[in-house]
Amino acid sequence: MNTSSTRRPMSPAMKMAELLDTDFSLLGVATRLGLHFGFGEATVADVCQHAGIDPETFLLICRVYAFDGYRPTQEALAAANLKDILQYLHQSHAYYTEVVVPQMASALERMIKPCEEKQQRIIWKFFADYKEELAKHFAYEEGQVFPYVEAVLNKRKGAQFTIGEYEENHSNVEEKLEDLKNLVMKYIPAACNQQEAYKVLFYIYNLENDLGKHTFIEDDILVPMVGRMENHE
Amino acid sequence: MSKRILIVVPSAIAAKGLEQVFNDLGEFEVCAILRDLSGQELRSMAPDVVVVDPSIFDYASRSSVKARVAEYSDAAVIAFTISPLDEEQQRQYDAVIGLMDTPPAIIKKVRAALEDRTETPRAEGEELSQREKEILICVAKGMLNKEIADLYNISIYTVITHRKNITRKTGIKTVAGLTVYALLNNLIDMNSVE
Repeated sequence: MNTSSTRRPMSPAMKMAELLDTDFSLLGVATRLGLHFGFGEATVADVCQHAGIDPETFLLICRVYAFDGYRPTQEALAAANLKDILQYLHQSHAYYTEVVVPQMASALERMIKPCEEKQQRIIWKFFADYKEELAKHFAYEEGQVFPYVEAVLNKRKGAQFTIGEYEENHSNVEEKLEDLKNLVMKYIPAACNQQEAYKVLFYIYNLENDLGKHTFIEDDILVPMVGRMENHE
Repeated sequence: MSKRILIVVPSAIAAKGLEQVFNDLGEFEVCAILRDLSGQELRSMAPDVVVVDPSIFDYASRSSVKARVAEYSDAAVIAFTISPLDEEQQRQYDAVIGLMDTPPAIIKKVRAALEDRTETPRAEGEELSQREKEILICVAKGMLNKEIADLYNISIYTVITHRKNITRKTGIKTVAGLTVYALLNNLIDMNSVE
């Protein structure tokens, strides 16, 4: 890792490759926003403009991922591009559903394979229920919340809904994931495949961290931005 | 919810006085006044604080009061004394209150002891107690707190305290997760879960 760059504040003038090198969780941010690797010496501003993404909004999301406890300023929120935020959240959902969860499922399946059939069923059912709950949570956001945000964005009158209700509805799918983590860490049968258990835990920790940032972007960036637009209507 | 205080002080006058001090505020609730301390009572009352006069124990066992209480309850243990305790004995308790303390001083000490207790949860990695296992089984079977309280003849608050402790020890929060725990540990049978 290039240590000199970690100290420098993130800016549009920075080289994209250097920015991503400061924290590897930013790789996911770049990918989900459709930025293509092979950046050469291009700056953050160059790459973003080429991909049709606002550089400041990209950096806003990067800061959420790279700095724990980061809170954007009012100015940063006012300057951010809602369409890009929305695209990011949407792509994250797709990534969780299409990549992370299937990875976790196949590792978990291999993990429990050496166990008694009864134990396999117990653990698998818990995971399957979690998976379903997560899908339901995403479906609600994709089906209710995001279309509403788009309507606000296009200055159309949205459905009978305000962004404040979304905050109330924002269910907590984190508890079950934490339970799964503790069950695997502490209570799985000794017969379980250890290499696969390691993978399951690795995926859980990654997802937990990513979902935490994702929820922050929803609650502390998307919601206030839309709230502001509602008030200016 | 007010904090439940169990007073174990043989002097009726002192006990009454303490009760008055605690009940005046609404922040605390004296759940019982006892002359002696038994494990059974400690467990069923699930107090947050035990105020105990060390003189109810014979001299030899005075050095293990906290450990004896901890066996049955995770309450903060506060000594109430007429004569001063030596340093070794003082260290046994989360706080020491004396006959000459003013009511505000007493309240302050109890609050501080409770705060300490929530900041440093007792020994991590403990096994579930027998009662906790019983309650876990009920939870896994889908029983409500009220139903569990009725079954074991304990208060709903006690059930909630047990559930909190189960979650603290296992790290598992949801009913579905606790059910998996109970099944994997053979505490219940697949057939008893819907």
